[in-house]
Amino acid sequence: MIAAPMAQHPIELILTRELASYLATPMFLVGPEGELLFYNEPAEGLLGYRFDEALEIPLNEWASTYQLFDSASGERLPIDEFPVVAALRERRPHHTSLTYQRPDGARLPIVVTSIPLIGQGGELLGAVAIFWEDRRG
Amino acid sequence: MRVELWGTRGSLPAPGTETTRYGGNTSSVLVVGSEGEHILLDAGTGIRPLGLALPEDIARLDILVTHLHMDHLQGLGFFPPLFGHHVEVHIWGPPSTTMSLHRRLSRYLSPPLFPVRLRDMPRRPELHDARPYFRVGSIRVRADRICHPGGTVGYRLTDPNGSCLAYLPDHEPALGQRHFPAAREWTSGFDLARHADLLIHDAQYTDEEYPDHVGWGHTSVSQLAALASLAEARQLMPFHHDPSHDDEQLDAMTAVVAERAPSVTLLPGREGSRLELAPA
Ligand SMILES: [Zn+2]
Ligand SMILES: [Zn+2]
Repeated sequence: MIAAPMAQHPIELILTRELASYLATPMFLVGPEGELLFYNEPAEGLLGYRFDEALEIPLNEWASTYQLFDSASGERLPIDEFPVVAALRERRPHHTSLTYQRPDGARLPIVVTSIPLIGQGGELLGAVAIFWEDRRG
Repeated sequence: MRVELWGTRGSLPAPGTETTRYGGNTSSVLVVGSEGEHILLDAGTGIRPLGLALPEDIARLDILVTHLHMDHLQGLGFFPPLFGHHVEVHIWGPPSTTMSLHRRLSRYLSPPLFPVRLRDMPRRPELHDARPYFRVGSIRVRADRICHPGGTVGYRLTDPNGSCLAYLPDHEPALGQRHFPAAREWTSGFDLARHADLLIHDAQYTDEEYPDHVGWGHTSVSQLAALASLAEARQLMPFHHDPSHDDEQLDAMTAVVAERAPSVTLLPGREGSRLELAPA
């Protein structure tokens, strides 16, 4: 049977977005293919980009905008190693320290925890990343 | 398809002289397809009389359960076809990775809550996870998870002539939303309700009652009007009436929905109603 085109996100993603919009913790939400669906105001502050309501951005595109670096080597982080991508691929949480480059070129150390969102029926719905500036270093 | 309402009450049966027009039985809707399919939406207390009124010669019955709250299951233990030997009964419910539908249903259908175990019923039902898309005879069914505590789906039934029924008896699409409705892609239940020829939907609270019941899983009349308008439903039936609301209050609540959703044809959600659903 042909599935109707999706107009609406699964309820788990809707509720995650609502939760994120109430939190002071930066939070970033992607769909099952890694497509960017939402990030909250605290995340806007840290990332240095406003969230654009109008667009659902494919993984390849946002991964080239939001620049992440391996903190030890200083190398650009391959997409496969982005914490949300790893969480989606392996269906388990990931926790890591990285360096983020803001649009003005400033680099800051961040800590990211990413969690896959798996529905009660076992379906992979997306992933969420919670991150914050690492002020220890 | 033909739609018959055998129970429209939410939460708890509400029999009595104050509720004779809207009825006191909990969620029970019968859908009869053009090829003779018999589908029950939920198994509230209305399925007892419904089961007694079913024709003798049907071979198969499908019960589509939206979730496992008691008001949607209570009729199962008293559903005559499960105690006869003639009809094949199939029960569909929301999937879970932690507990099978059999185990979840058995929490009610076993002592001490109920004397007979599911497995000891003369006509043991066949249980199925409600996958996102399945078929019952010629009727296409879509099951989608919606906002209500504890793993709940709504159903959308489409028959071969294209007429479409959306059934979301327990639903709180406004939960957490600062402005309701949000954009369609961020609105729970939108896909199920979109362009439905009939939307049967939760209308438990007045606008004044809702703020004290945020998170309880239900909808206020103004929220319902907003959702039905956003989804461009053709006809709307408010459902899952609060047990504390009498006929007079339900008339008034129905009038509020009608006023707030002028583009939608409003049908009062009364037990005993029947209608033939044709595409627009
Ligand atoms: Zn209910
Ligand atoms: Zn419920």
